[in-house]
Amino acid sequence: MIVIFLLIPLSIVTAAVFLFGFIWAVRSGQFEDTCTPSLRPLLDDKNKDQKPHP
Amino acid sequence: MTDETRTDFAPDIPAAAPDCFHCGTPVRGATFRKGPNTFCCQGCLTVFELLTENGLDEFYRFGPAAGARVLPGTEDFGYLDDPALRQRLVDFSDTKTTRVIFRAPAIHCVACVWLLENLFRLAQGVTYSRVNFPRKEVFIAFDPARLKLSEVVALLSKLGYAPELNLADAEAGPRQPVSRRLWLQTGGAGFAFGNIMLLSISSYFGLDAFTGPALRRMFGWIAFVLAVPVLAYSAADYWRAAWVAARERVLAVEIPIVAGLAGLAVWSAADVFSGRGPGYFDTLTGLLFFLLTGKVFQQKTYDRLAFDRDYKSFFPLSVLRKTAAVEERIPLSRLEVGDRLVIRHGELIPADSRLASGSATIDYSFVTGESEPVAKAEGDHIYAGGRQMGAAIEIETVKAVSQSYLTSLWNQENCAKTRRDSLDSLTNRYSRAFVWVVLAVAVGSAAFWSGRDSQRALRSFVSVLIVACPCALALAAPFALGTAQRVLGRRQVFLKNAATLETLAQVDTIVFDKTGTLTDAGGCGVHFSGEPLDAEERAAVRAVARQSAHPLAARLAASLDGAAVELSPFSFAETPGCGVEGLAAHRAVLLGSAFWLSSRGVEAPLELIDPGTVVHLAIDGAYRGAYKFNSALRPRAEVALRDLAGRYELALLSGDNEKERASFAAIFGPQSPLHFNQSPWDKLHFIRRLRDDGKTVMMVGDGLNDAGALQESDVGAAVVEKVGAFSPASGVIMSGAMAPRLPEILRFARASARVIRVSLGISALYNLAGVSIAAAGLMSPIFCAILMPASSVTVVVFACAATARCGAAVGQEEAAP
Repeated sequence: MIVIFLLIPLSIVTAAVFLFGFIWAVRSGQFEDTCTPSLRPLLDDKNKDQKPHP
Repeated sequence: MTDETRTDFAPDIPAAAPDCFHCGTPVRGATFRKGPNTFCCQGCLTVFELLTENGLDEFYRFGPAAGARVLPGTEDFGYLDDPALRQRLVDFSDTKTTRVIFRAPAIHCVACVWLLENLFRLAQGVTYSRVNFPRKEVFIAFDPARLKLSEVVALLSKLGYAPELNLADAEAGPRQPVSRRLWLQTGGAGFAFGNIMLLSISSYFGLDAFTGPALRRMFGWIAFVLAVPVLAYSAADYWRAAWVAARERVLAVEIPIVAGLAGLAVWSAADVFSGRGPGYFDTLTGLLFFLLTGKVFQQKTYDRLAFDRDYKSFFPLSVLRKTAAVEERIPLSRLEVGDRLVIRHGELIPADSRLASGSATIDYSFVTGESEPVAKAEGDHIYAGGRQMGAAIEIETVKAVSQSYLTSLWNQENCAKTRRDSLDSLTNRYSRAFVWVVLAVAVGSAAFWSGRDSQRALRSFVSVLIVACPCALALAAPFALGTAQRVLGRRQVFLKNAATLETLAQVDTIVFDKTGTLTDAGGCGVHFSGEPLDAEERAAVRAVARQSAHPLAARLAASLDGAAVELSPFSFAETPGCGVEGLAAHRAVLLGSAFWLSSRGVEAPLELIDPGTVVHLAIDGAYRGAYKFNSALRPRAEVALRDLAGRYELALLSGDNEKERASFAAIFGPQSPLHFNQSPWDKLHFIRRLRDDGKTVMMVGDGLNDAGALQESDVGAAVVEKVGAFSPASGVIMSGAMAPRLPEILRFARASARVIRVSLGISALYNLAGVSIAAAGLMSPIFCAILMPASSVTVVVFACAATARCGAAVGQEEAAP
């Protein structure tokens, strides 16, 4: 049972990874506009390779 | 591209031949052709060519006529490169890249998104562009060495997405992302709440039996480590608000919240350090998480609306100044008294001026409410805020922008604002009583136990403070209001904040503006008197009338039905201030004033010459009759007014003349005051007098002429034709179609206020139970962990469900055919 003292902090560290994922998502502005991204897949672009990456 | 998207995002325009291939506007007059496609103007044709040359012709596959109409405008944006102005407009700039966000109201469909995000293919130097569809914003990053800011704006304008450039943006500086911080705060609180709760539950169910107290102590420490950053970061706004309230000696709802948070934190930390137990960190973080969720919920509702706009968002950023040698665009901030300006058709007069040359027809509808444009002669004084209709004029400014008549109305604002902020909200009143009761109970129970058991006295004192934490109290209003806002928002009525809803429920006097509020400025209310016209003649008149940008011509064209008739090329001519003529369907049509017609050899019969708003018509040289314009009441406005008259005191204020007094007196009833020829100042003083008599006044108006009155009233409702268009600062923004629904909206506001009151009652019941157990000194963490979320959830569910139920009735008939 002693292993639980290691596993529980480990579980929290794992959860923290997701928290940082969330922080990254907010920081990169993903929560600012939840409507336009849903439109983008509809824009089937025939010259996809020309699209620059930010 | 699916059909579904097409119906959602493309304008619903039949792809008939005479419509512009690019923007769908019916093609009139001379057409512009390119291959099989016709265009309404040179601008649209240019965009089409530009897109085809750059391999972007895919744009037209997104839907028929997907483009935005290209409005002829100034092509010279050089003034934007003025370093001081540029710095205010851009978000970020260094030598390699410049980032800027523009609001482009023309964004309306998925094709717009596609085109604007492919901007880099049209202009060398644009590195990245992204559209925010709901906010109608486009974010652009470009290389300042290869492209100037003015060139970016010129490109957008050329494509038909002319960005909104106004004085307010320039003065506010770059925009900040508003809600990122709130998202992070809520996410952090949620993270801590979830993890702590997970650990706490196992100890509530007696995990100790298997592992001994060591695990419980570790849980306590983990909870402590998780909760401290949450307290510092997520609760930061509450600490700050409570501090401000305490310094100003106001009892705001934040004070009991912060007191509860602090009590919980200190008591729990003491528990953890002394090894007594895991403390109340689960309750603490849960509380914060619920509170912040309420805030997110509320913020999402009015994300895209601006309630506090003033004249600055209405004024242009630049003016065309004419000096002896040249005409140049200068930023408005550099405008000086005595400058000579060129004002073109549709442009705004930025400062009080004198007409120097040209014949001016100024549309003051936004400033005075007068629906007809006013003609001005050389040397006349022109107030700021009017729009020139017709040919370009030259004016000489006589006052600075900030000292003009219109702007001085807004400077009124300050005194009205402070008074409104001090208005007691239901929640604040309740929480004030709440704080005193809780303090009394805490001190009382401590005093009661102190004689017998000092440990228990301290314990009961702290636990009363903890359990009485007004979580549910703070949640009731935001959730009821958030739901009310969403219910009303779906029906195109937008409320500024909780206080607005509560004030709406208390209103006893309603003052209406006439033009644009009760009457529709649109096409109805045009009556023809004279020899009846046949269908073909009507079509010809319509074809000529729609050529003109004059508001009367536009109303006339909108009121006529009939087939689209091609106007003979080059036959159309407009004499500003007099009339229009044109040849359509082999008929020579003259539309204009009696005087102008007589100068063309057509005499109007005397009985039809009327000083009011009349347009005379002659076809093929023969007089046919006159169109009379009456402002028409909005559909159902009359029913709504009669409904309101039973409960409220009504009044009418209009900038228009008295010609419709009798018809309004019949609707408003004999006891209601009706005032005509009211200046904006008269309106403001009228509202002030009512308020001084102790009335709670709602002002319903539109336009800048009501701005002072809207500010002065307890709750101002701005009626707009298009939501998102400019509206003066006010508590409520509603679309014109909803104005006759006012009785239902007010009924709903009263129902929502009742819901808030009942929610407060429910939270009071929970508190009563909690406080009595705490005062007895019997509270435990598990009790707290159940009671707190239970009370919050009940209140939130009740507030949302009850408000939504009340709201279902609003505008119900609208939905039914």
